[in-house]
Amino acid sequence: MILETLDCRGQRCPLPVIALARRLPELPVGATLRVLADDPAAASDIPAWCRMRGQHYAGSPEPHAFDVRRER
Amino acid sequence: MRVTEAYFDTASAAPLHPAARQAFAAALDDGWADPARLYSRARRARQLLDAARGATAEVLGVRPDELSFTAGGTAAAHAAVLGGLAGRARAGNGFTHSAIEHSAVLHAAEQHVAAGGSAREVGVDRVGRVDLEAFTAAVAAPGTALAALISASHEVGTVQPVAAAAEACGQHGVPLYVDAAQSVGRVPVPEGWSLLTASAHKWGGPPGIGLLVVRKGTRFLPPGPTDDRTDRTPDLPAVVAASASLRAATTEAAALAERHRALVDRIRSTVAATVPDVEVVGDPVDRLPHLVTFSCLYVDGEALLHALDRRGFAVSSGSSCTSSTLTPSHVLVAMGVLSHGNVRVSLHRDSTDAEVDRFLAELPGIVADLRAEAGVGNL
Repeated sequence: MILETLDCRGQRCPLPVIALARRLPELPVGATLRVLADDPAAASDIPAWCRMRGQHYAGSPEPHAFDVRRER
Repeated sequence: MRVTEAYFDTASAAPLHPAARQAFAAALDDGWADPARLYSRARRARQLLDAARGATAEVLGVRPDELSFTAGGTAAAHAAVLGGLAGRARAGNGFTHSAIEHSAVLHAAEQHVAAGGSAREVGVDRVGRVDLEAFTAAVAAPGTALAALISASHEVGTVQPVAAAAEACGQHGVPLYVDAAQSVGRVPVPEGWSLLTASAHKWGGPPGIGLLVVRKGTRFLPPGPTDDRTDRTPDLPAVVAASASLRAATTEAAALAERHRALVDRIRSTVAATVPDVEVVGDPVDRLPHLVTFSCLYVDGEALLHALDRRGFAVSSGSSCTSSTLTPSHVLVAMGVLSHGNVRVSLHRDSTDAEVDRFLAELPGIVADLRAEAGVGNL
């Protein structure tokens, strides 16, 4: 389930990724954060960040929404 | 060019090769008449055009009558796609292409679809190499009229499996179009294709001259109004300059590629070692010799490009903030790699070790400053 939603709509990349990187470590391991972002780069940059940081990208349930689960 | 400027954007436009400058000046004096006319001066111009065509065809390993000069690489790509599809209309209206084609090819595909045709895009892996199995399956689908595969990615340098793709196309009687803009004049292009295009200002020729090769036996219907002349843009001095510089660049290519490979290897390993949170993208081995691309986490691509420019480095970027449409590079997106903070470095024949050394020495500080300004230094 989604613990929290981070609304980054209207922000240009890399700002949504930065917001994600700031907030996720503050959540408990196993928690899922939903990032709302309408910058077209977010769809590739959020999964790429998860890969680089060893976090789990849980997919995009709808346009401009990206779920990330804290793994570590 | 400023004396201190390190120009690292050859993949967009190479500085003019000295052979091009020399040939251009000579052709301005000697080749300004209309080569289609019948007097001596016109015949002289015709001779220059024929010689340029012959020399260019020889470098490409094709027949002179298979080669046309176009008004640039984009025009050549548009003609190859739309002409190749129109020529095969009876076989179907399907166009198969990789997800990492140049935007000129993608724009032609859009026009084809808008006119009622269909297009199928084939994805790439994480290093930017086309999924050959999916490409083969797409080509085998009924109604496929034409397939397109770029020779090597213009954004990340990864060489594409052109020979294997050509074989798959051949088995299904589908012509393969290869956009070889980044390869011609630098590295050999595998055989087996039916249509090929290139662009003179990528190898050090003048801008505004493209090459279109249509192999004998390929069905082709040139788009636009038909003309009784094969080359509708006989900018003769530029054509002569393009031809002379292609010959010179090809002669130098092997030695230059070796030098560029060593410099690019150094950039790849040093950037990865000295800049934290950087993703160097593209195939590390099977790639164009002169081009390298990397992305810096949390860094704004436009800010990075301007910071580098202020320090005298001209590079390009696939980040969304640097594009006119504010969308990230379709190549980086297709690969699933980081698209922000992106830099493409591409070297030319006069790029020096000292320029690369200075770039590698200054880059870590530039990236660190931008991260500190954005308050993301410890993320």
